[in-house]
Amino acid sequence: MAEPIVDVVIVGFGWTGAIMAEALTAAGLSVLAFERGGWRTAPNDFATTFDQDELRYMWRHHLFQNVAHTTLTFRNKPDQAALPMRRLGSFLPGAGVGGGGVHWNGQVWRFLPSDFKARSHNIERYGADAVNANDMTVQDYPVTYEELEPHYDRFDKLCGVSGKAGNLNGTIQPGGNPFEGPRSHEYPNPPLIMTYGPSLFAKAAADVGYHPFPHPAANMSRPYTNPLGVQLAQCTYCGFCEKFGCGNDSKSSPQTTILPVLMPRPNFTLRTYCEVMKVELTRDRKHATGVSYVDENGTLRFQPANMVILSAFMLENVRLMLLSGIGPPYDPKTGTGTVGKNYSYQITSSVNVFYDDKITNPFIGAGALGMIIDDFNGDNFDHRGLGFIGGGYLGALNTGARPIETHPVPDKTPKWGAEFKRAVAANYLKTVPIVTHGAVMSHRNNYVDLDPTWRDRLGRPMLRMTFDFTDNEHKMSDYLTEKAAQIGRAMGGREIKVNKRSGDYDISPYQTTHTTGGAIMGADPKSGAINRYLQSWDVPNVFVAGANAFPQNAGYNPMGTVAALSYLSLDAIVNRYLKSPGPLVDA
Amino acid sequence: MGRGLTRRLALCAGGALSALAWLMPVRAIADTIRQRLPWGAGQSDRPDRIDDRPGYIFLTPAEAAFIEAATARLIPSDSTGPGAIEADVPRFIDRQLAGLYGGGDHFYLQAPFPNGLPTQGWQMPAPAEVYRAAIPAIDRWATATYGRPFAALDPATQDAALKALEDGKAELGATNAKAFFVLLLQNTLEGYFGDPIYGGNRDMGAWRMIGFPGARYDLRPYVSRFGEPYSLPPVGISGRPEWRRRG
Repeated sequence: MAEPIVDVVIVGFGWTGAIMAEALTAAGLSVLAFERGGWRTAPNDFATTFDQDELRYMWRHHLFQNVAHTTLTFRNKPDQAALPMRRLGSFLPGAGVGGGGVHWNGQVWRFLPSDFKARSHNIERYGADAVNANDMTVQDYPVTYEELEPHYDRFDKLCGVSGKAGNLNGTIQPGGNPFEGPRSHEYPNPPLIMTYGPSLFAKAAADVGYHPFPHPAANMSRPYTNPLGVQLAQCTYCGFCEKFGCGNDSKSSPQTTILPVLMPRPNFTLRTYCEVMKVELTRDRKHATGVSYVDENGTLRFQPANMVILSAFMLENVRLMLLSGIGPPYDPKTGTGTVGKNYSYQITSSVNVFYDDKITNPFIGAGALGMIIDDFNGDNFDHRGLGFIGGGYLGALNTGARPIETHPVPDKTPKWGAEFKRAVAANYLKTVPIVTHGAVMSHRNNYVDLDPTWRDRLGRPMLRMTFDFTDNEHKMSDYLTEKAAQIGRAMGGREIKVNKRSGDYDISPYQTTHTTGGAIMGADPKSGAINRYLQSWDVPNVFVAGANAFPQNAGYNPMGTVAALSYLSLDAIVNRYLKSPGPLVDA
Repeated sequence: MGRGLTRRLALCAGGALSALAWLMPVRAIADTIRQRLPWGAGQSDRPDRIDDRPGYIFLTPAEAAFIEAATARLIPSDSTGPGAIEADVPRFIDRQLAGLYGGGDHFYLQAPFPNGLPTQGWQMPAPAEVYRAAIPAIDRWATATYGRPFAALDPATQDAALKALEDGKAELGATNAKAFFVLLLQNTLEGYFGDPIYGGNRDMGAWRMIGFPGARYDLRPYVSRFGEPYSLPPVGISGRPEWRRRG
């Protein structure tokens, strides 16, 4: 059953797959995308008449990856036995058309210019010990902020991000983030209307001497038509945004920004409910011939292609590379090999502020609605004497205080019983949450590989995650948490509650879905599995798009940088690779 | 593509067939989508209605006695607002355990189940199976410790027993007391604060108690009204009780 060859096969049809497919079909290539889940669209799958359902979407994982179908094994340390993640918790990947882009918050950030030089910048400022402590394996990106800026700008415009620039071509702008790298353009939409809690946070933060600004949001502050001609509607602040699909077309997603233009193109085909088993290679493992995949009947098929793009979220991207034999697997004992290296994450904490006299209505929300300070992100502050590198943003976000998940109570309140109930009833409407969102550096013993024991339903080894927070993360998170508490105390409430992140990384409680690394970009084949254009060093007609490319994580949500790296890659594919297929960077 | 590859693919396909048949969701239909933007007129992925006839579907009388007694202590009835019983939390838990969730449709449930580290999360069978095993174990432990099954204890002793479960101090044999308590409390909060369409949160009493407006579509008029309480009563996905036709 030979299928006709296509120019490009795309594996995974979320944000990255849709971005890739749109640009490559526009360049005239025939593109076939595979998606393991089904087609999803707002009126059928998450309409405004039933999408405000906390139980079904958050707690029953209706739009998330189903671990009954695909999961991984997990342990904190290399000497422990990894066990399957039997239930989603700490992170919530998507499955189905649109991927995680359907249920994300819409938090669109750029990394700092210094984040791309995490190794050389920190060595220059704090010495080699600061970067090599804790077995850290921090690296510079082989790209700079300046090279990515036009691509960040392109994603801002695709999504219609609502925000306020803080640095326009080097000139600091009042009301924006003064620490950000220079932007070529203002955000395409003004900030969302600010709710009460974040406004109280912003005033206190400014009084303390920090620099509050509105969180950049792919939630529409006004109706918007993007450069592809796709229209989005104004956000209604319903509070069912993060972990939910938007029934109102007010949150940017592949469905609301790309698919109406991409799907009608005659050179694009999408196959749903098809799971790619692996990338098939020639005998010398230097060229991909296509992919093998199974459909829902269990029929195994081969799809030939001239080029393969993996865009199946970083976890499955790395597993597919390992299963296919693309690149040398990483060995933490020797530090050699690249595939699986530098798995990373983020570290979060929070502070609740409680008032007696202020009704804050925290249920009014949008996925990225809030006020932020960036004074303690990256290297925006002096780290001398602190004993850690990196940082994070902190701020008050009103993402919708859905009550199964969100019922903050003062310190020392029991978790159940009459006192708990009284505390929930008394405080629900009178709280402000402050969150911290910190970077995790890369470490020698944080990595992913193929599990030697556990296999998936198709008989393939599961991915095995070995990950823990180290001293660097705990010190950094404690520092951020103390700054959040400082602002919380200045907000004039009755009391605050500090929720630190301590101890080993725990895979159960939700933290963030910002898993990164495993197929990182490097300046040469020894320092990364892919080059600056997301191209495999070993199999040059395979490109691997996603947060797998980050050598270490930064203190920002990753999607803006994932998109910018994808656009940089696309420009190189369209302008150079298609004319002369082969390595875009000499090894 | 060489001959070797074809054979490898064929071998693999045989193994895949049986595993996939029972794992794929019911509505999974592979589709090749070309030059169209699929949209199903008149179709929607609405939540299923629960069986709202009186009585329990999953819980046995002994299990129901435990669930009613335990949830009544987790969220007691008092003047602050409805307790778990008035909010129909036991019915919610029963319908959840009788349904797809109870069967663990979004859990990975392949054996074996070795004991994991606390950081490795859920290492138990499906929720319905966990409840079925845990409740008699708790009643045996309560009888051995306090002289009666849980439901027959006085409220203060029930609280002490729940605390022992929460702290992992109750010896329940194969059942992990701490993990079961976390599950029971989570399901109780889901039934108490979730949408009434799933059988709990009767008349949105828990939402009224805290001031949550429920499944609202548009909160724009209230964004800038700092400090003002939201004036409209809550609404669920299926509306409000007073919207329903009587008789």
